[in-house]
Amino acid sequence: MTETWIVVGASSAIARAFALSVARGGADVVLCGRDVDDLKADAANIGVRTGAKAEVVRFDAEAFATHDEFLRGVFDRPGAVSIFVAVGNMPGQIEMQKDPDLALSCVNANYVAMVSLLQRIATHMEARKAGSIVILGSVAGDRGRRSNYVYGSAKAGLHAFAQGLRARLFHAGVHVVTAKPGFIDTAMTWGLKGLFLVASPEACAEACIRALANKKDVIYFPWFWFPIMTIIRLLPETIAKRLSF
Amino acid sequence: MWRSLEVSGWGRTKRGACLAARPEKTRDLAAALAGPGADTVLVRGLGRSYGDAAVNDGGRVVLTERLRRLLSFDPTTGKISAEAGVSIADLCRCFLPRGFVPPVVPGTGDVSLGGAVAMDIHGKNHASAGSFGRHVDWIDLLTPDGQKRRLQEGDALFAATVGGLGLTGAIVSIGMTLARVPSAQLRVQERRVKDLDAFLGAFAQPGPEPYVVGWIDAFAEGSTLGRGLLQTADFAATGAYGEPRPGPNVPFDFPPGILNAATMRLFNEYYFRRVPALGRDSAMSFDAFSFPLDRISNWNRIYGRRGFHQIQCVLPEAEAAKGYRKMLHAISRSRRASFLAVIKSLAGDGNGTLSFAMKGITLALDFPAVAGIDEFLRDMIRLVRDHGGRVYMAKDSILSAEDFAAMYPRKSTFQDVRAAHASVWRLSSDMARRIGLAAPP
Repeated sequence: MTETWIVVGASSAIARAFALSVARGGADVVLCGRDVDDLKADAANIGVRTGAKAEVVRFDAEAFATHDEFLRGVFDRPGAVSIFVAVGNMPGQIEMQKDPDLALSCVNANYVAMVSLLQRIATHMEARKAGSIVILGSVAGDRGRRSNYVYGSAKAGLHAFAQGLRARLFHAGVHVVTAKPGFIDTAMTWGLKGLFLVASPEACAEACIRALANKKDVIYFPWFWFPIMTIIRLLPETIAKRLSF
Repeated sequence: MWRSLEVSGWGRTKRGACLAARPEKTRDLAAALAGPGADTVLVRGLGRSYGDAAVNDGGRVVLTERLRRLLSFDPTTGKISAEAGVSIADLCRCFLPRGFVPPVVPGTGDVSLGGAVAMDIHGKNHASAGSFGRHVDWIDLLTPDGQKRRLQEGDALFAATVGGLGLTGAIVSIGMTLARVPSAQLRVQERRVKDLDAFLGAFAQPGPEPYVVGWIDAFAEGSTLGRGLLQTADFAATGAYGEPRPGPNVPFDFPPGILNAATMRLFNEYYFRRVPALGRDSAMSFDAFSFPLDRISNWNRIYGRRGFHQIQCVLPEAEAAKGYRKMLHAISRSRRASFLAVIKSLAGDGNGTLSFAMKGITLALDFPAVAGIDEFLRDMIRLVRDHGGRVYMAKDSILSAEDFAAMYPRKSTFQDVRAAHASVWRLSSDMARRIGLAAPP
């Protein structure tokens, strides 16, 4: 029976690369997101390149009331079902300081919507006792920093949530990977200043696939973000608060 | 959405400071094209044009490198549709294993489909296949006013877009027909050619092989003027596709002067003697034959930071012997000999208003950008013009507006078609401004 990957937030460059890669590996994919027309082009691309079955289902992360129905639809299929979640956006910190509502919508998209979605996914997965979940976090969630603390706090919440979810689903035989990318060359980071060691979305997707194969719980990508973030995490608050990064 | 970016042509003599967007979705492409303010906008593919065709100094560029999805494929007819950012190499990788090949490929696989249309590129099989535009079934063109149109052969805007230097709108996607091939391998014959007349004779009486290309030793003088090698190739009956192995990368700019007259003379001599006097046959993969330099990433860095010029022209058959003799004399006299001089035959006109191809013989030469090069290239261009020829805009960096109008007599038709779609004047490039295409007629 063919495995199916549900890719939520499928228009993002990392999700796109992930979907293409698992389809090359023989899985069917369901691409979920708001821009259905554009996702249809992605589905066609996957079909032509790999021969895999690729469908598109509309998903709006912030329309919480639709999540139940959405998940019933995508889980209603035979075989193993796995989920890749790459929902989120990153408004500028300065803009979010000027506009608290923008900060709220950032937290809604990156955290609250994920709670709504993943709590429901957990119920489905517990019942099926199979499949895996990849949750796309961010190194920004490892420490609240002056330059990006709203987005960072949402991702920090997501990381903590994913830890608990991992422990819960472990008993159902479902593996949960938390991927924490550093700077990835995507539309989200295009034009941001001060980026270094930027990695490609394709390489990030491959790292997620390796993490699945090796049953890793948490990965940093590229790997050197682990020591970098370890140092940043260990900075005493009295020093960290004086820094502008 | 916008960031500042310095872009340059592949020859790296022309650079421009631009604001760049890199849309990942069709919707974002439309937003970028509509752009803020009155800035000019240019859509840029993989940047393999040598001069300033894909440079828009002081304006905006929209990169298509993330819009590279294949949208459909029909294995019974070979028809595909694909986004403009898909590269020729990508098509080869995807479809050669299934027995199909792009019917026209240029000398590098790193050309986007949008670029292939905008330059109406040609390959080594022009006699049988014509230029790229002949194989395009339709073009989805987006103009800056937000209108998307599906254009087909017969539409004036289709003809203007083929070879239209990106000045008619953003090519969103195209439909085209791939050629069916029996294998992914070519049988290649190479033989020495003693002089220019022998080359022209060979082109006048082509054999059955669809792919024909010559290389000229531009250092040869006197009785050997125009000597070189002729390669002909046809698909082998069998031979599976092998993914091309990545070759070396040129990690930094070589110091200036590595490619000087002495090293190039040596290289040319070696290259000529590589093929035995009696010729030789070999088997090559389609990629290795078609894209010989692609194995070396960033090979343009070998010319150093100052970069290099390439000039490619076509002369009508009747003028080829006289014109090219003069050009080759001038080159060997100047001691600016070209590293690789490539000669091919073109069978006839392209289907674009500004298509480069015409019936005749085409020669491509590259020269390091050293002192006095502009003047020398202008002399070359004068020879081309005097002999009724035309310069290929994908390679060009110095043609004047007057030369362009003389070589491309359908320029006014092109401008009239643009004038009927007023928003396209927003599209511009350093090349468009240089050759007099930026303003309404």
